Amino acid sequence: MARKLMKGNEAIAAAAINAGCRYFFGYPITPQNEIPEYMSRELPKVGGAYVQAESEVAAINMVYGAAGAGARVLTSSSSPGISLMQEGISYIAGAELPCVLVNIMRAGPGLGGVQPAQADYFQATKGGGHGDYRVLVLAPANLQEAVDLTQLAFDLADKYRNPVMVLADGMIGQLMEPVEFSPYRPAAGLPPKDWATTGTVHSGGRQRVINSLYLYPDQLENHVRAIFRKYAEMERTEVRYELYNCDQADVVIVAYGTTSRIARSAIEKCRRLGLRVGLLRPITLYPFPLAAFDLVVERTKAFLVVEMSMGQMLDDVKIAVAGRRPISFYGRTGGIVPTSEEIVKQVQELLGGRGA
Amino acid sequence: MKIVYEKSRGLTDVPMHYCPGCTHGIIHKLVAETLVELDVLGRTVAVAPVGCAVFAYEYFNCDAQEAAHGRAPAVATGIKRVHPDNIVFTYQGDGDLASIGTAEIVHAAMRGENITVVFVNNAIYGMTGGQMAPTTLVGQPTTTSPLGRSRLGQGAPLRVCEMLATIEATAYIARVSVHNIPRLNGAKRALKKAFQMQIENKGFSLVEVLSTCPTNWGLSPVDSLRWVEQNMLPAYPLGVYKDIEGGT
Repeated sequence: MARKLMKGNEAIAAAAINAGCRYFFGYPITPQNEIPEYMSRELPKVGGAYVQAESEVAAINMVYGAAGAGARVLTSSSSPGISLMQEGISYIAGAELPCVLVNIMRAGPGLGGVQPAQADYFQATKGGGHGDYRVLVLAPANLQEAVDLTQLAFDLADKYRNPVMVLADGMIGQLMEPVEFSPYRPAAGLPPKDWATTGTVHSGGRQRVINSLYLYPDQLENHVRAIFRKYAEMERTEVRYELYNCDQADVVIVAYGTTSRIARSAIEKCRRLGLRVGLLRPITLYPFPLAAFDLVVERTKAFLVVEMSMGQMLDDVKIAVAGRRPISFYGRTGGIVPTSEEIVKQVQELLGGRGA
Repeated sequence: MKIVYEKSRGLTDVPMHYCPGCTHGIIHKLVAETLVELDVLGRTVAVAPVGCAVFAYEYFNCDAQEAAHGRAPAVATGIKRVHPDNIVFTYQGDGDLASIGTAEIVHAAMRGENITVVFVNNAIYGMTGGQMAPTTLVGQPTTTSPLGRSRLGQGAPLRVCEMLATIEATAYIARVSVHNIPRLNGAKRALKKAFQMQIENKGFSLVEVLSTCPTNWGLSPVDSLRWVEQNMLPAYPLGVYKDIEGGT
């Protein structure tokens, strides 16, 4: 198929439909409105349904119902709206339902602003809602990757019966790049959805119940342990990351999404200055690529974490590096996108100063 | 021997957890009989609430989803949009529907969502131990309105049927009671009409059933039925508030 110039939000929406998503429930919020707009236009053409919910709270519960009915279903929002969805995401994880969530992050806290940010990392990767659960989090750095990861997200959701989040920011959502859509085939071996509530006429009379209520503590503990066996499997098999220019790097920058693109530009500028800098780019934020750090930690002198936040992924980097090398942090927040020059300056200070 | 009465096959054999004298059991029976009589049980999906009826999925002999508190109409929307041929109903109490779930019920009605809502109103929070509800009567003492609900500050009963009947896309809205046999039979007719509306794709239908809470009202089962008659009926007039087919 030919390459097509698309806006990030539209590319994500098109990828979802390409992956067989036929249902979308959402509520308008900047900077992700092109996703619901695209879905409202395109889903009826493929026999699907778009519902504009009365709130993000309602939207995520519509997702719960549709996922429980066996459908591939998507919702998208931006930071404050994702906060409102957290109760429902916890229920979806607790009831072991597959769905895909897109968070086109904007700056917070509170109403914050509408410019790009990466300050929802904790919320996305550490659970977000109440109780013991995780959401698998995929972080695209360009639009082709956004397309590919959105399609993958539906397979992973079905494979693990767990919510999967595509975590991008307003920059990814709003920029335009060429993307290519390959004919999509679902991953081999996805389990049948024989648990879906479609009426007992379809199950030979066997009642199916979608539920996360376990009033007996021993039953609930068993349920949570079963869910965590899935997370252990994800941690073994679903870790994705990219190493760039790390072979000879004295400093390894750790960045994801938009900041990883800027870090890449900074690395080229550093090369011209004779500085050897590499990039470790997590693609799955949960599961976090802890073992990737072992591949570069011997060679590098220091790590530099760059985020559009006050330092959230930084905590996971500290766990991964485990004190073996010094870690510096550079963050911009409030909707400010760091420049490659700012990052070069950080590297120069690092290599010229005590950290190196 | 001739069988003159038996338990509906719309109900499972699981013993119900409801308190003695609570009319949830009767309402479950009426809903189950209705689904069987309309021959839709096998394609029905129930949505259970949070509240006393949280285990409704254990009692109704059909597929079911358990919703978060107040969100049953949103969950039902998701199910119905995926499988329009399923018969989807929510079973919600007055805390669930008239308090935390007001946005979801109003907007499901506004969309004309083709689902049926069974709304059980007993004027109190039962499961959590007798706290004040939006449906609590003025002057009625509860554990969070120990001096009786005051009109100013704590407000007066929220009348859901009257409110939803003003919404254009609703098809059928009725308030019924089960405190005596004639009323119980009327409740059954209203439920049948409501589900029939959904089967015929006419849109949103809701039946509010006035119910008892002997435990938290501090009354015997018999006195509770009397309390419905004497105290709830004046505050919650029975009747059909909306019927797009013009019936009453």
